[in-house]
Amino acid sequence: MNVKVNGKDQAFDKEALFVKEVLTICEVSQPDMVSVQLNGEFLQKEDYDGTSIKDGDEIDFLYFMGGGILY
Amino acid sequence: MDLTEEQLERYSRHIILQDVSVEGQEKIMNGKVLIIGTGGLGAPAALYLAAAGVGTLGLVDGDVVDLSNLQRQVIHFTPDVGKPKVFSAQEKIAQINPDVKVITHNKRVFADNIADIIKDYDFVLDGTDNFAAKFLINDACVLEKKPFSHGGILRFDGQTMTYVPGEACYRCVFNSPPPKGAVPTCSQAGVLGAIAGMLGTMQAAEVLKYLVGKGDLLTNRLLIFNALRMDFRTVKVKKNPDCPVCGNNPTITTLVDEEQPVCDLKR
Repeated sequence: MNVKVNGKDQAFDKEALFVKEVLTICEVSQPDMVSVQLNGEFLQKEDYDGTSIKDGDEIDFLYFMGGGILY
Repeated sequence: MDLTEEQLERYSRHIILQDVSVEGQEKIMNGKVLIIGTGGLGAPAALYLAAAGVGTLGLVDGDVVDLSNLQRQVIHFTPDVGKPKVFSAQEKIAQINPDVKVITHNKRVFADNIADIIKDYDFVLDGTDNFAAKFLINDACVLEKKPFSHGGILRFDGQTMTYVPGEACYRCVFNSPPPKGAVPTCSQAGVLGAIAGMLGTMQAAEVLKYLVGKGDLLTNRLLIFNALRMDFRTVKVKKNPDCPVCGNNPTITTLVDEEQPVCDLKR
C-alpha cells in the first residue's frame, strides 16, 4: 500500500498496518515525543495499537519542540 | 495619529507596501505586543518588532544573559553577560528605535501571574524554551482570548503556528506536555543558532500581519521546517473537539503550572 507519511509518498509491503507499527517502521524512536494526525484527525496515544492505516491514508508525526533546549 | 517627517522616512519601506501603507504603519505603532522569553526566538523577534515601530513591547524573562546564549540570542551582546535579559534587550531596543515603549517583566510566567501580565497586550509571542511555559501560555491565551504565536526549535528543526480565538490552539495539536522520561537530556539536544533567527522572524512577521490585518495568518496550520534539508511544510490542523482547553468539554478551566523539569545545564 502507499501512504503519505509527513507529506511524502511511502510504499509499505503490507496492506494494512497499525499506527504503532508505522511509528516503528518510520523510526520514531520515542512515540511520546510526537502527536499523530491520521487523515486530518489527531489520535489519542492509547489508540496507536488499535488504529490501522490503509492504502491512500495520510499520516503526520508532529514532534514536540521546545526552545533551544529540550526542557 | 499623524506620522512625523522622521517617522515617514523611518518607516518608508513599510509605507510603500500597498498592504501596509500609512494606515497599517499606524496600526503597528498603536500595537502592544508581549514577548515571553527574550532568548533564541524572542531576541530576533524583538529586534524586528522594535525596528518595525511596534508601539509597546513587553518583555518577560527571569534569566540573566549567559555566555552560551550569545550563539543565537542576538539582542544580547558580550558585555551583557550577567545582566538580566529584559534590561539587556530594553537597551538595544532603545538604540534601534526610541519610538518604542518597552515594559520589562523581569520574571518568569507562572499560573498565578500570567493572566495579569498578558491582559494589556494585543498579541503574545511565545519565545520560551520549555513545555511548562508553552502550555501555560497557550492555556492563558485561550482562557483570556488573546491571539498568540507558538514557536519551537530543536537542533535543525523549527515549528510555529498562530492562535486566534476560535481557531485551533496548541493543545489541539499537542494535548499535553511529553512525559518527563521521554525527552532527551539537555546535553543531548542543541540548536543551530540561525534556526532561532529563522523562526523568531517568522513569528515577528505573523505579529505584524496581525496588527496590520492583512494576509493569511498561520492559523489552523503548523509550519515545520528542517534546515539541514532546507525543507518547509505546513500541516493543516483543525480545532480538536476533544481539546482539554478549547474543546467542547474543557477540563482545563483555570491555570495550573505544569511540572517544571530541572535542567542541569546552563541555558
